[in-house]
Amino acid sequence: MAVERAARRGLVRVGVGVTALLAVVSGLYLLATFAEAYGPGTIGGLGATLATTLVDTGHLLGLLVGTDLLRFRFVWNSLATGVLIGIVAPLVGTYLVHREMALIGETLAHTAFAGVAFGLFFAASTGWSTPILLPALIAGILGAFAVQWLTEHTDTYGDVPIAIMLTGSFAVGTIIISIGGGFSGLNIESFLFGNVGFVTPSGAWLMGALSAVVVAVIAARHKQLLFITFDEQAARVAQLDVGLHNTLLVVLTSFVVVGAMQVLGIILVAALLVVPVAAATQIAADFRESMYLGVLFGELSVLVGLSVAFPLNAPPGGTIVVVAIGIYALSVAASTGEFRAVSTH
Amino acid sequence: MTDAVRIENVSFSYGEAPALRDVSLTIAEGEFLGLIGPNGSGKTTLLSVMLGLVEPDEGSVELFGEPIESFEDGHRIGYVSQKSTEKGTAMPVTVEEVVEMGRYPHVGSGRLREEDHQAVEAAMARVDITDLADRKLNTLSGGQRQRAFIARALASDADLLALDEPTVGVDAESRDRFYGLLDELNSEGITIVLIEHDIGVVTDRASRIACLNTELYHHGDPESFHESDALERAYGSTGQVVGHHH
Repeated sequence: MAVERAARRGLVRVGVGVTALLAVVSGLYLLATFAEAYGPGTIGGLGATLATTLVDTGHLLGLLVGTDLLRFRFVWNSLATGVLIGIVAPLVGTYLVHREMALIGETLAHTAFAGVAFGLFFAASTGWSTPILLPALIAGILGAFAVQWLTEHTDTYGDVPIAIMLTGSFAVGTIIISIGGGFSGLNIESFLFGNVGFVTPSGAWLMGALSAVVVAVIAARHKQLLFITFDEQAARVAQLDVGLHNTLLVVLTSFVVVGAMQVLGIILVAALLVVPVAAATQIAADFRESMYLGVLFGELSVLVGLSVAFPLNAPPGGTIVVVAIGIYALSVAASTGEFRAVSTH
Repeated sequence: MTDAVRIENVSFSYGEAPALRDVSLTIAEGEFLGLIGPNGSGKTTLLSVMLGLVEPDEGSVELFGEPIESFEDGHRIGYVSQKSTEKGTAMPVTVEEVVEMGRYPHVGSGRLREEDHQAVEAAMARVDITDLADRKLNTLSGGQRQRAFIARALASDADLLALDEPTVGVDAESRDRFYGLLDELNSEGITIVLIEHDIGVVTDRASRIACLNTELYHHGDPESFHESDALERAYGSTGQVVGHHH
């Protein structure tokens, strides 16, 4: 038993180490390309050299496993964004799932969609173009505050404010798009289901910045978030600032959702907040391990899902979620003994 | 000795429905107060007001001599809420992780220190759950879970334990063991406030009884409670104390 537990912990550590390495490479790539684009003089040159080195190295490694795709910058943008989503979505999702707020990600994605629609309408009306994710981020944060306010100030069940915001913001988004005549040149399907070529450099940089904030906040406030998730009343009595942390959690969720909608699409973005966490919960020995496993399963879903989506030119939201559901099914089978029963016959 | 809790002229309503009307009581440090009353009598509301979870419409509350609005020593209070045995049923949290939460108010955002780990181990040993440390909470019996919650309170150095019907869903043997533990902790100086439906358990164990039904009908020792007509007035004519012989 002790040997099994030690082996299991060792495996989880290896997985977390590989994920951390991928995150570092992704972060370096994003920093390098940002410096390349905006850095003055020497910094810009260093950024360009580092970005080229990373892409060339990745290209060679890719050839070893039979793919030529890693020579393209747009593939790197999607991969770097995906790697970061695979980490931050299950991290935030762990608290959401255990607070029975699994659908808030879906709600904030729809709110962000309304923000995208408004941004496009604003740009079409005034001729001022803004990065498309900026209004999405603002709408997502406002949506997070609105859900929190409705939850605290109305006498409804916990999921009613979520349902109101979800449908309401999608309704606003569709009205704006309709008024704007569909905004020629905008591929709505890419927003709904994700697109492998949809991640722009600025979108990838935004995901990098948001991921850094999410990881830093969770590292600093994990204890408070865990206590509140487990026993909110006792946490209040212990004088933890429950209101602040609840707000923090929904704002972090809006960060993840806005960053992730580029790859996963609005319809499917909530899946990566929920499904890897549900899979991890089935087999984790403790809460810490459930967070690690959630990240590992999220990362595996993103990498396998993107690997399938690129050659098929399929919406990555679909392939990533299907892989995540597959991992969940295996996890359920393992936890209920079905897997062992099948494997021994 | 200061009072652990001082409640003065507290009233609270849910909309138009009064839950507490002009309730005043004090709980001395080291006291074991049993809070009884029929369903919907305001027991949980009074406990919530006492702990700062609910702000009263009128009146004031002090904890350890400090107005509740400025009270900052949350770690001095251990709270086990109603239906706490249902907590963590789908969450993969271990006993040790639950008990560690008691140290969180001490360390803020920092890592648990050696002294924190020692406090966690001592708390688990005190309630005899050391061997359950790595077990997930959702694999334990109701009685074992309650001891984990008490250990969390002990790990936080609580001086006051506030327990709201802690033995709902706990079998009779575990319940007796749990109340035995409360007696021991009280004899070591920990103040206890217990809401319990079983009036016999409360009158057998508590040093003071508060009998509530929106208004406070009695506040005194068990003997004076038995001699009073508070039970009939609070519960109506059908209320009676059932004796327990263990």
